[in-house]
Amino acid sequence: MGATCIPSGALMSLAGILLLSFCSLATYQFEDQAEQFFRSGHTNNWAVLVCTSRFWFNYRHVANTLSVYRSVKRLGIPDSHIVLMLADDMACNPRNPKPATVFSHKNMELNVYGDDVEVDYRSYEVTVESFLRVLTGRIPPSTPRSKRLLSDDRSNILIYMTGHGGNGFLKFQDSEEITNIELADAFEQMWQKRRYNELLFIIDTCQGASMYERFYSPNIMALASSQVGEDSLSHQPDPAIGVHLMDRYTYYVLEFLEEINPASQTNMNDLFQVCPKSLCVSTPGHRTDLFQRDPKNVLITDFFGSVRKVEITTETISLLSDPGVMDNSYREDRVDEESTEPLEYAEQLPVAQIIHQQISKQSHARNF
Amino acid sequence: MRASDWGRRTQPRLSEPVLPEASMAAPGAAATDLEVVRGKRAALFFAAVAILLGLPLWWKTTETYRAPLPYSQISGLNALQLRLMVPITVVFARESVPLDDQQKLPFTVVHEREIPLKYKMKIKCRFQKAYRRALDHEEEALSLGSVQEAASMLTEPQKQVEGSLTVYVISEHSSLLPQDMMSYIGPKRTAVVRGLMHREAFNIIGRRIIQVAQAMSLTEDVLAAALADHLSEDKWSSDKRRPLKSSLGYEVTFSLLNPDPKSHDVHWDIEGAVQRYVQPFLNTLSVAGNISVDSQILYYAVLGVNPRFDPASSSYYLAAHSLPHVINPVESRLGSSAASLYPVLNFLLYVPELAHSPLYIRDKDGAPVATNAFHSPRWGGIMVYNVNPKAYNSSELPVRVEVDMMRVMEVFLAQLRLLFGIAQPQLPPKCLFAGPQSEGLMTWELDRLLWARSVENLATATTTLTSLAQLLGKISNIVIKDDVASEVYRAVAAVQKAAEELASGQLASAFAASQEAVTCSERAFFDPSLLHLLYFPDDQKFAIYIPLFLPMAVPILLSLVKIFLETRKSWKKPEKTD
Repeated sequence: MGATCIPSGALMSLAGILLLSFCSLATYQFEDQAEQFFRSGHTNNWAVLVCTSRFWFNYRHVANTLSVYRSVKRLGIPDSHIVLMLADDMACNPRNPKPATVFSHKNMELNVYGDDVEVDYRSYEVTVESFLRVLTGRIPPSTPRSKRLLSDDRSNILIYMTGHGGNGFLKFQDSEEITNIELADAFEQMWQKRRYNELLFIIDTCQGASMYERFYSPNIMALASSQVGEDSLSHQPDPAIGVHLMDRYTYYVLEFLEEINPASQTNMNDLFQVCPKSLCVSTPGHRTDLFQRDPKNVLITDFFGSVRKVEITTETISLLSDPGVMDNSYREDRVDEESTEPLEYAEQLPVAQIIHQQISKQSHARNF
Repeated sequence: MRASDWGRRTQPRLSEPVLPEASMAAPGAAATDLEVVRGKRAALFFAAVAILLGLPLWWKTTETYRAPLPYSQISGLNALQLRLMVPITVVFARESVPLDDQQKLPFTVVHEREIPLKYKMKIKCRFQKAYRRALDHEEEALSLGSVQEAASMLTEPQKQVEGSLTVYVISEHSSLLPQDMMSYIGPKRTAVVRGLMHREAFNIIGRRIIQVAQAMSLTEDVLAAALADHLSEDKWSSDKRRPLKSSLGYEVTFSLLNPDPKSHDVHWDIEGAVQRYVQPFLNTLSVAGNISVDSQILYYAVLGVNPRFDPASSSYYLAAHSLPHVINPVESRLGSSAASLYPVLNFLLYVPELAHSPLYIRDKDGAPVATNAFHSPRWGGIMVYNVNPKAYNSSELPVRVEVDMMRVMEVFLAQLRLLFGIAQPQLPPKCLFAGPQSEGLMTWELDRLLWARSVENLATATTTLTSLAQLLGKISNIVIKDDVASEVYRAVAAVQKAAEELASGQLASAFAASQEAVTCSERAFFDPSLLHLLYFPDDQKFAIYIPLFLPMAVPILLSLVKIFLETRKSWKKPEKTD
């Protein structure tokens, strides 16, 4: 019995060690593959931020959009990749007691209209048609580059819309509406032309969840500030400015985003928990059935930030040097520098000449 | 007004009885009968005109205008069989193969293979080898000392057509190639292969030639990289994400970033460097697109990341994981959005400030990178240029720094090659490889790029046309005007022409046709007039048309009902009297 126990014990321990090593190898490979699989396949980020309402009392919608703009810029998306549409000018509105500012916090803590805000579509240019043209890319050829959404099939796009809405529509400029079916069709056109890799759609209006009900294209994740039948409420009025400064949902999303930095690993499930009913009064909703990856593997920075894929350059080309030509150009450079004289501005207002001319003209006139 | 009342021209009275003949006197009965019949006929004609003429007219005038499109041809494009032909001329020198094999020359051998890609278009690769004997001047060139000289002498007389190759077979014991090397791949579409004195010489040499030809033209990974966006599998390989998408033109911008002008007075002879090093490269590449170059100098532009100090080498370094965060803060200052509508490639030369000199880039393992540069796919590259510490000896700031443009351009051209997708080829075993010459680009590398781009263009054009057709089916109120339809026809014709040219081995014209296909299809898809008419929900449609049609339809329908009831009564009457 003793003779059989020891070998079997050794065998068992050997088997255990082998099993452990296989397991660790397998999990390592699996994790490597899993990490690769769950990484998003995007190489650039775009953001389309739309505020659809005008008039002074809709100050909060402009402040909403500018706060999201500010967070998105801070997290790394450059201005060339942001299409910002503001339907009215609040900073330079004649009713603004603090001109050139748009505040998002009470007591004027945070001015979201800084020095480098680049508004692409402003005032009456924000219409349903221009918005759909930006999304689908069917823009007249004379449009400048900053007004285009030049995304490709490896772009992750963030679309944020705010304003007044209802069951199945969003009001633009107090005169027209965009319906949820038009929006779904626009996204389908974007998908057919592969103008996005993944899309995150956030809407902060009354009955916002109705706007994402009709989406049918793949790779879209949607968040809304309220369900059908509920109103989204504003956060707090400021007595000095006299209007409500922000909407609740965007206010809490902003607080959440302020804690994100370009290297953070927070995922979408945390974003879904932002603004529970106790704080928001309305029930925020989200839709992830069209999205291929699991939201807990989707980083916030996949949409709000812009981290590029970078590779180290390891190769070089060997070029033949041409020292004769190089020296010549260097010498020419020096000679050029030495021969130029200091330049002066031409006289902008040669008063003496003008008076002189006038006098001579008058004397000529008198002579005839 | 009832239709049956029109014959009589009386005021409409709602209380009037429906059938007037019962209450009228007998002498007027015949007249009223006539009028009633006339009335019935009038009602029937009204109804006929309204239903047969009016309804189709209304339907036709309110439908969205769609010029006819070649839907069947577009769906036929998806099943297109692409045959990529590479014409190879194989030249046999005097003692390369046995004599009786030499008697069989000249003849042609075709080697065709299907590329196994999971793509809807089947792609076949066809190597057409035309065997012939060597001419006198070729024999002379092949007896020279080194293979490089021989290759340059052989390529001088005539320019090779794009896409074609010439392979020279030399004798087994020739000293042209080094002893252990079996083949040589030259920079200008020529290759040299060792021959064999064997019974099966042609077969064996044929296989070697195919290996060399595949390295110089088409392999599966070249096509897989071209179709990377259209293949559903394996999106994550970094090789396939690196190349720029095919476009009509590109903009290359060289920027010098000087964050510390107080310490460094940096001069770079960018004009001379572009003229000497970059322009030859771009001239060779100009077939693939219209490339323009500009340059700028930016002062006080800092990288967004703070470098770390390494006391061991008393230098600063940027770790590999912080490199992705470098680009974004800098990009807004580059002004690339104002440059042009073509894709922009930015090459940045960063001279670190005095407080952070010297600055090295470390890779994942912590080792400093030899080139001190990194690049980002589809964006460009950044190189860090450290000032020579000897320059500080004069101890007077700012120190004049002359940038060594050759070293810089070596790195930038290598990055440009990588960004364009010109990768290292898979060489057959025991092959001597020349490497790119001073232009930085070998002509057959350009051919590989053109093959890849042609296939990519055809795939893109086909996808665009197919998605346009699908969209038109799904969304019913998109208007197709005549000029959009003509663009679609042109695109379809260009795709078919490109496929034909590829099958006959004309690479340059095939590439041009594929570019035209892409431009036309993109222009058709992105035409501003295609924006679908703003959505009309069904209830709104009813709300618009009911007030127009209902007042007209009600009298017609009611009179038809009346006529029908009357005729039914008149059928029943004979039964009653019976």
